[in-house]
Amino acid sequence: MARETNLLFDGSEWNFSTLSRAYDAIEEIAVGELGLNVYPNQIEIISSEQMLDAYSSIGMPLMYQHWSFGKRFAFESQLYRKGLRGLAYELVINSNPCITYLMEENTMPMQALVTAHAAFGHNHFFKNNYLFRQWTDAGAILGYMDFAKKYIARCEERHGIAAVEEILDSAHALMNQGVFHYRRPPRLSPAKVTERARERLEYEEQVYSDLWRTLPATVGTADIEEAEREALERKKALHLPEENLLYFLEKHSLILDPWQREILRIVRVIAQYFYPQGLTKVMNEGCATFVHYTIINRLFDLGRMGEGAMLELLASHANVVFQPGFDDPRYSGINPYALGFAMMQDIARIATRPTAEDRDWFPDFAGSGDAMATLIDAWENHRDESFILQYLSPALMRKFRLFHITDLASDRFCKVASIHDERGYRAVRSALARSYDRGAQQPDIQVVDVDLLGDRRLRLQHKVRNGILLDEAERDATLGHIRRLWGYGLSLTGIDVASGAVLYECSPSADDG
Amino acid sequence: MPNFIDRRLNPKDRSLGNRRRFVKRVHDELKRAINDQVRSDRIVDVDTAHNVSVRRRAGDEPSFRNSSSTGEREHVLPGNERFAAGDRIGKPESGGGQGMGGGPGRGQGEDDFLFVLSRDEVLDLFFEDLELPDMVKLNLRETVIFKPHRVGFTTLGTPSNINVGRTMRNSFGRRIALRRPGEKDYRALADEIAAVEAKGCLSQPEHRRLAALREELEALERRRKRIAYVDPVDVRFNRFERQPLPNASAVMFCLMDVSASMGEREKDLAKRFFVLLHLFLKRRYERIDIVFVRHTDEAREVDEETFFFSRQSGGTIVSTALEEMQRIILERYPANLWNIYAAQASDGDNASGDSQICAQLLRDELMKLCQYYAYVEIIDERESEIFGSTDNGTALWRAYRAVESAIPHFQMTRISRPADIYPVFRKLFARHKGAMQPGR
Repeated sequence: MARETNLLFDGSEWNFSTLSRAYDAIEEIAVGELGLNVYPNQIEIISSEQMLDAYSSIGMPLMYQHWSFGKRFAFESQLYRKGLRGLAYELVINSNPCITYLMEENTMPMQALVTAHAAFGHNHFFKNNYLFRQWTDAGAILGYMDFAKKYIARCEERHGIAAVEEILDSAHALMNQGVFHYRRPPRLSPAKVTERARERLEYEEQVYSDLWRTLPATVGTADIEEAEREALERKKALHLPEENLLYFLEKHSLILDPWQREILRIVRVIAQYFYPQGLTKVMNEGCATFVHYTIINRLFDLGRMGEGAMLELLASHANVVFQPGFDDPRYSGINPYALGFAMMQDIARIATRPTAEDRDWFPDFAGSGDAMATLIDAWENHRDESFILQYLSPALMRKFRLFHITDLASDRFCKVASIHDERGYRAVRSALARSYDRGAQQPDIQVVDVDLLGDRRLRLQHKVRNGILLDEAERDATLGHIRRLWGYGLSLTGIDVASGAVLYECSPSADDG
Repeated sequence: MPNFIDRRLNPKDRSLGNRRRFVKRVHDELKRAINDQVRSDRIVDVDTAHNVSVRRRAGDEPSFRNSSSTGEREHVLPGNERFAAGDRIGKPESGGGQGMGGGPGRGQGEDDFLFVLSRDEVLDLFFEDLELPDMVKLNLRETVIFKPHRVGFTTLGTPSNINVGRTMRNSFGRRIALRRPGEKDYRALADEIAAVEAKGCLSQPEHRRLAALREELEALERRRKRIAYVDPVDVRFNRFERQPLPNASAVMFCLMDVSASMGEREKDLAKRFFVLLHLFLKRRYERIDIVFVRHTDEAREVDEETFFFSRQSGGTIVSTALEEMQRIILERYPANLWNIYAAQASDGDNASGDSQICAQLLRDELMKLCQYYAYVEIIDERESEIFGSTDNGTALWRAYRAVESAIPHFQMTRISRPADIYPVFRKLFARHKGAMQPGR
């Protein structure tokens, strides 16, 4: 009887009182026992259609309008309706307060699991990981998105949907090249942002004179000297080379109107906001999965959850962390949940019950006895690449039976470079870590020079690593978009990083910009 | 305690605006796909929802991407059961695909995806720029059916339309205002008199009182008679107004020559033309009847099956079909209740001398009843090169040319291939610039 009353919920139906009872119990464990440090939570219940909505607007609760989101929605809803793909149980937004969406279809045990996973696991990671702390501003993002949505809607009113769409298309094409990787952008409060936008518009209105419209569009020749001096100064201020193409175009393109610059800026800020998520997929999911797994087990041990609920959650958990082998038809890359969760558990094991091998490999923390302290430290100070490099243990490599192959595109076969054996551990580990390096996924393209005095030709450089070139059709289309934003000629040169040789050079012709 | 918010009741269709933008964006692609499907499908299936495949990565969302067919890569894969360092693994032939080809998250994404267009969206794409002639729209607005509608009250009308409630209310108000004695007062007075009378022998004052009472009763009665219970000024009738209703039904006449000179090819072309016309009318009218009239040297109304598939031999007298059509109109489809459309298909053969009769029949009789009359002449492909758009041709063609120049809502054209049908269709229903006179 005492056990009965201790249960948080019974059966699969949920309501707001069971949700909040479960939340309180989970919070007690997460904060009290695991020592997590989280943003205040805001939990929202949504329907499947709203989840599809959220998918299509890259998970943001507020988003400006663009056709590409409609396309994504059509695509996702098609997969969902045909039953090819289920929807996520939750969606969590890196904001302060941290917003978690729960699907209404979830059963009560699932709601509990998802609350632990998102509202505490991800939330802790967002708040504490150094990348998120450095690159995103959780407190400002919702305000900023609100501003962005309104600003773009206002631009559509003023300048027409087609003109705004054109700029957004071009900006979206460069989204991956729109982030700072090393230099931190200045932090802006939403109030400041609105203030600046207002100033821009005001300036625009002040300098507006209908007379200018009547002038022919040629550049005057009278003040060339002055222009030269100005340009020299400007070039000095360009900070070349510049990796953030959107930033460069926003600041230095000569043909953009203030509102167009502001739109580039909006797209750039959003890209920057998502940048850390791409670098911490394994850790982020590993952290959240580890947290939910620990918490539900703890709830079960405390007798606050029934055996039926526990069975359901374990089945669902096992699905989430399933890793098929490379030759399995279900294989589609390494499952970040599986790898992340396994690594977290492995770290906890090494901290508490290390083998001799672990003591060799991880003298810092093997047998330290405090699993949570080690994990919290790791979550705070690493991204996927460095995390794997530092914490992937030989035991886990054996468990996953990891092996490392090299694949030269021109060959008809791949070579197995190393496997999970004594000689191969370090090579496999560093190769896996490298595959999570951003350089392995995104081409490295930078602005290296622009001759503002002469033909204003924008010179871009692609640093080619391991001979991996760009997809040519996509490259040319993207260059067309850069040309639209830059307004003058441009060229892209591919330089091999190792040899310094020029591999290719291309420049879009004047008429396809 | 967290902040729980129930968002399920938030407004739906947040993505609707984005979807609309997307449809607009891929409009050309969708339209091309729909036109292809219509061409290959059976035409009767046109007006259903269609799956249209849209390239997931259409060229309109480009970005700098690594090409998978160049360079050297490393992969770390799970699940090694049999390889040792230095082994070679053959690549799967096509595209790398699973495992070997791309790292996580890549190697897919080139898929097309099916975009489901609703029936309306399909038809909108199909009928884009096509409009019924302005004349037809005029007729649509022109009112031919009236339906009585209640609109307030009136003092005049037939007894069957009396509004009792309103009438009695007026009467009541008037009776109060004029102080018409009520039944109760009258009864009370009468009772009092009866009571006095019942006493038998009466004293002097009682006699006087009785007389006074009787006089009062008489005055009361006079007053009641003067002020009617229901006066003609009280009476109110429900007022009805005839409200015009747009005429929402149409009849479509399909006329076809089925003599031996019309082969399978000709019939097939004719059928497609009829179906398209029908489809188009279906968009505009709630109810459409179709009447099939086939003719050789005599005309008969038949069902659809017979119309298209049974054979008949005989000569060709086109005017019989027109007469049959006229008879049916007079019998079943009064022109003030029906929008009448007619489509005639023929190979141009006709008995000598009959063409003039046809032209006259059309000009003087039928075209006054019809909204629209389309004549297609199905000719050989070789012939189509000889007669471009020319005036010369069969006797029937020449006779109809005269009608065409005289009457604007008569249209005629020649077709020789299935591909001709669509352009013809467009031409027939292309928006007419000039104002047209209504058919009647």
